[in-house]
Amino acid sequence: MRRRDFIYLSGIGAGAMMLPSLSGLGKSIDPMQALETVDPRIKKELADAGLNAAKADGASYADVRIGRYLNQFVITRENRVLNVANTESYGVGIRVIANGCWGFAATNEVTKEGIAKTAKRAVAVAKANAKIGGAPVQLAPQKGYGEVSWKTPIEKNAFEVPIKEKVDLLLSANAAAMEGGANFVNSLLFAVNEQKYFASTDGSYIDQDVHRLYPTFNVTKIDSAKGAFESRRSLSAPVGMGYEYLTPLASETIQGITPRYKKRYNMLEDIKFATKQAGEKLSAKSVEPGKYDLVLDPSHLWLTIHESVGHPTELDRVLGYEANFAGTSFLTLDKWKSGDFHFGSKNVNIVGDKTQVGSLGAVGYDDEGVKCKKWDIIKDGILVNYQAIRDQAHIIGLNESQGCCYAQSWQDVQFQRMPNVSLQPGKAQLSVDDMIKNVEKGIYIVGDGSFSIDQQRYNFQFGGQLFYEIKDGKIAGMLNDVAYQANTQEFWNSCVQVCDDRDYRLGGSFNDGKGQPSQSSAVSHGSSTTRFNGVNVINTKRKIG
Amino acid sequence: MPIYTKEDAQALLKKVLSYSKAEECEVSLGGSEGGNIRYALNAVSTAGDVSTVGLAVTSVYGKKAGTATIDEFDDAALERVVRRSEELAQLAPENPEYMPMLGPSDFPESITYNANTAAMTPSSRAEMVGKSLEVTKAANLNAAGYLENSTGFSAVMNSKGLFAYNKSSDVTFSVTTRNEAGTASGYAARGYTDVSKLDTYTATKIAASKANGSLGARAIEPGKYTVILEPVAATYMLENMFRFDARSAEEGRSFLSKKGGGTRLGEQLVDPKVTIYSDPFNPDLPSSTWTGDGLPREKTMWIDKGVVKNLSYSRYWAEKKGVKPLPGPGNIIMEGGDATIEDLIKSTERGILVSRLWYIRMVDPQSLLLTGLTRDGTFYIENGKIKFPVKNFRFNESPIIMLNNLEALGKQERSISVESYRSYLIPPMKIRDFTFSSLSDAV
Repeated sequence: MRRRDFIYLSGIGAGAMMLPSLSGLGKSIDPMQALETVDPRIKKELADAGLNAAKADGASYADVRIGRYLNQFVITRENRVLNVANTESYGVGIRVIANGCWGFAATNEVTKEGIAKTAKRAVAVAKANAKIGGAPVQLAPQKGYGEVSWKTPIEKNAFEVPIKEKVDLLLSANAAAMEGGANFVNSLLFAVNEQKYFASTDGSYIDQDVHRLYPTFNVTKIDSAKGAFESRRSLSAPVGMGYEYLTPLASETIQGITPRYKKRYNMLEDIKFATKQAGEKLSAKSVEPGKYDLVLDPSHLWLTIHESVGHPTELDRVLGYEANFAGTSFLTLDKWKSGDFHFGSKNVNIVGDKTQVGSLGAVGYDDEGVKCKKWDIIKDGILVNYQAIRDQAHIIGLNESQGCCYAQSWQDVQFQRMPNVSLQPGKAQLSVDDMIKNVEKGIYIVGDGSFSIDQQRYNFQFGGQLFYEIKDGKIAGMLNDVAYQANTQEFWNSCVQVCDDRDYRLGGSFNDGKGQPSQSSAVSHGSSTTRFNGVNVINTKRKIG
Repeated sequence: MPIYTKEDAQALLKKVLSYSKAEECEVSLGGSEGGNIRYALNAVSTAGDVSTVGLAVTSVYGKKAGTATIDEFDDAALERVVRRSEELAQLAPENPEYMPMLGPSDFPESITYNANTAAMTPSSRAEMVGKSLEVTKAANLNAAGYLENSTGFSAVMNSKGLFAYNKSSDVTFSVTTRNEAGTASGYAARGYTDVSKLDTYTATKIAASKANGSLGARAIEPGKYTVILEPVAATYMLENMFRFDARSAEEGRSFLSKKGGGTRLGEQLVDPKVTIYSDPFNPDLPSSTWTGDGLPREKTMWIDKGVVKNLSYSRYWAEKKGVKPLPGPGNIIMEGGDATIEDLIKSTERGILVSRLWYIRMVDPQSLLLTGLTRDGTFYIENGKIKFPVKNFRFNESPIIMLNNLEALGKQERSISVESYRSYLIPPMKIRDFTFSSLSDAV
């Protein structure tokens, strides 16, 4: 690959001011630099400087994370490129326990001296906080792994694909939308590479190379006479994959009322459907509020799983550590201890899984050096487990962490974050068409939309991208202004059928927010199309002025 | 040295510009230092101390621009970053929306910096949290809270002679107090430029009294109610409408778009009691006096007695439309009245007092319909008095409809959004026919 090809189109616009406003972005770089890596031997020496300094100042435990976080954005609208940005953030975060209390400090001075100084700062913070009091930190034991490494299994590194190729793809997609009568189209390609090095006083030195990709668009059609506009977003998912995700494959496409995608995405096909559907939404029938049976596509259901299963089973929320911001959880420890809490119907089997290939949450080891795994959270409808990290494991009787620790960058402290949480497919053979055939009065929802849930995760409301009325087992046409509201436990107990594994797909988010200061985490949620009976649907149409 | 003085920043930027060979060049320098402390279950859970500084160079040839950044400041590194930005610019495609850089301008010095806030340390943060914990330990409640301070500066200089510098400080504090059984919860949030105004003890007292008052909440039927939104609740709701952007309105995809084309500029959008403006020199909520692209920030009226007075125009869109560019709001000040929350309650026959809102998301961008929930203290009012706490509600409501149903405004105060952590000056407000659509069991 020629350097000139690679940096073609980089640095468009007014520099830093044009960068999307995501937190922890870091500085912009020459894209060639993204392909350079730091030798793990150097990182080990740097990390040891931090560990030794922390121990010398009285830390009983320390971990050092040397992180290089690379992002690439290609941003377009209609027939033009708005920005191509390459950013790099490189630095070190050091977490220690001193006098039984956590302390953290970070620096972008990646030298032995800078790291040692930062380790001392972290110990000072821990000691200042220890004066306030509280129960000392209790860490689950963790054997050191020595020097190990892990890499996302990708076929094509997105950072090695010439920017011109990415721009051409997005502009071709935009052109297809404009030809189809769209008034506006925005498209974006976002690539992430986290080069993370973790070392701890337990004797682990872990080098990881993590890749993620998100291609997306939003098509808008306007009816100015009516003063109305409608949009349809892409049905792509953010993935823990390389650029191969953007090579369409018929066997990875599910045909139906609109094509839906598994491990390969066809942007040009999806945008043509999206443009047509944005127009249909402008004249679609406004929904009659009431009870409906819902048939939820995985491109929609992932978000409902995320909010109503993923978050309430986070152990830090259950314990009260998130009370001031994200909230607590209705899934209190007594419900788990009873061994008989019916979270959902017997069709509901949900796992936590940090090992799933292609998912956003997949890594070899978490950000406190624990090897990743898969476990049951809801088994045959019963709450059987949570998501925990080292300083929480003892609370639920575990003698090791479940590997759920993550920090969005070197400058943020790691804490408990959601693993991929996924609904397991039904065991009996069942297609989407067969599922719809038996629904008398229902709504089939594709794609995610508006979402909101209370601070203990009881009451939620979700919208979507596409809504189709089901009447007597047949799709009767498009609906608009649909949102459904439910109580989490009632909703999952109304789950009557889950399609089999042929329909299983991942959805997910790059921006799961939690913590103070707020940190973003990327996480996937898998499911097959699922039916829920008798859910309350509201009409969201309002008029202003 | 993360915080440069104006003189030091100017000298460094001048040096960097002297290396430039491009048609246009802009250099910006920014840094911050600060820290945070987070606590839960009456003990510190995490705390951090972070400082950063960085420099960005944008070089331009025609409509082709390239940016490179660096965080090392020796002469060789500075020259290297300029060369790299020039190389990137030469290779970039033309950006049809690129606007030439602006020349010099006299920006008045802002009042956004405060030495008390800048002097905060891990120990002073821990002490302030200690005062908050005194309250909850004595009241037999659990506190979860967060205190964060930061002091930063930004400076920009370009080859057309523009130079601007600003230094600012900010501190925010929030606390949630809950009883052991998890059946009562209260909240308070504060944001200031000057930390000496922050009283974590009193704020936690208020949160604790909300928690105690919320015990034994009763379920009442959802539906349309008169509500009194405390400033922290009103702020979060209204934050979603503070984008007075001309471009999306003129493109027909905004709540400010007009049926048949055009915008709602000059129209009565909301109740005549509503006046919303920006003012960089408001002493309670100051902002920088210039924008990143070199435009001055001046006092700007957005909504005057309910009428849309101005829409913001980027330099590109302004040129295309033949109007003067106008930056978006640097801060938001909504005028209020003299009434206290108690006065608003006294004048209410039947209604709901809302202490805080939660998880607000857009349902329909056309009507600005939002959904979300009440949280941490929701109370039923009858005949001018708080009668009993009620269970939380989900609402579906548009801030535009809400401000058309405005009955009364109270005294404005500085309040922070519980999601973005931005500060606003917003009064408490009484709204009729606010739409609660279902009940939530959450406490």
